[in-house]
Amino acid sequence: MGQDPGIDELSMANLEVEIVAADHFVWSGAATLVKGFTSEGEIGILPGHTPLLAVLAPGLLEIAPADGSRFFVEVDGGFFSVDSNRVVIVADNAQLKDGASSGAGIR
Amino acid sequence: MGAQIRVYRQKIASTTSMQKIFKAMELIATSRIGKARQRVAASLPYSNAITRAVSAVASQSEVDHPLTTEPDSIRRAAVLVMTSDRGLAGSYSASVLKQAEHLIELLHGEGKDVTTYLVGRKAQAYFEFRGRDYAKVWTGGTDAPEFETARELREALLTDFATDFDEGGVDEIHVVYTQFKSMVVQEPAVIRLLPLEVVEEEVESSSELLPLYEFEPKPEDVLDALLPRYIESRIFAALLQAAASELAARQRAMKSAGDNANDLIKKYTRLRNNARQAEVTQELSEIVAGADALNAS
Repeated sequence: MGQDPGIDELSMANLEVEIVAADHFVWSGAATLVKGFTSEGEIGILPGHTPLLAVLAPGLLEIAPADGSRFFVEVDGGFFSVDSNRVVIVADNAQLKDGASSGAGIR
Repeated sequence: MGAQIRVYRQKIASTTSMQKIFKAMELIATSRIGKARQRVAASLPYSNAITRAVSAVASQSEVDHPLTTEPDSIRRAAVLVMTSDRGLAGSYSASVLKQAEHLIELLHGEGKDVTTYLVGRKAQAYFEFRGRDYAKVWTGGTDAPEFETARELREALLTDFATDFDEGGVDEIHVVYTQFKSMVVQEPAVIRLLPLEVVEEEVESSSELLPLYEFEPKPEDVLDALLPRYIESRIFAALLQAAASELAARQRAMKSAGDNANDLIKKYTRLRNNARQAEVTQELSEIVAGADALNAS
């Protein structure tokens, strides 16, 4: 089931983030933090987060990639899922904002 | 005799110019296929993520959602038919329409009313020519579908699905489109879009079990937000596959038309040469015969 494969090991790892929009791929890579808004309020996801499936509210997502930089993605609704350090953000429409590292991961 | 040569020359000229058109259309279709296939591939991460999420919610929570609940009796079914806007694609639209007719007949046989929704001018022309009713039609851009179109389709279909039977609503929704299997194989296919059959077998086949998710907000609300997107992504995927199939079918049709034009040009050139030679021979024999006649006298 993979529910409890050594919490310590998990929390040390990075998040594996994948952002997809309806008709294209947006970003993927390792990150230490993902912050966004659900319909209930703001949520921050750190490595080792419990499996979660939530509705994403329109707004800015904040992603902190593993290399220490930080960038924002504007989304207009969608949902995201977290399980065993894998964060999949599914947005109807997603736009990378300034400050996004134009390096690896962007296709 | 001279007239015959002229006819052959005209045929050769017109076939040559048609061949140029076929060649150009083939090249255009070929260059667009790559892009269409890329778009199919680009939409996969989204539809995979959404399918996974829907099966996670559906398998973990005992939620009764109208979209997943099989109605007691199905009295009217909607059929969404995806054809192309333009012809010159071989049997592409015809085979989709044939499949659709087959499905409609089947549904009638089960005692259901059928409402049709059409995509593409070919389907519209087909239905209008036969004086048959359709609920709504979307035309334009079948070879490069927009996500917006999928959204409009989803809105229209869900609205009808939510409407009562007595007010013209439907109880189930089928989609007829063309599956893009490879560059040479495209098959018309039927999927039942609604009510959804929750795809539990996909979870098993991926050999990994889904974790126990927490939901935010409630599972019902998450499902409310997910299902329309899931349907949208299914419709969009079908539109993209249909577009890629249309282009592949057009490319093949234009290739064989071009080849055929080539054969015709060869054939007419031979016939023209034949006719010219016959004319020369006849003139010659007339001259010889005339000279003979003069000599004899």
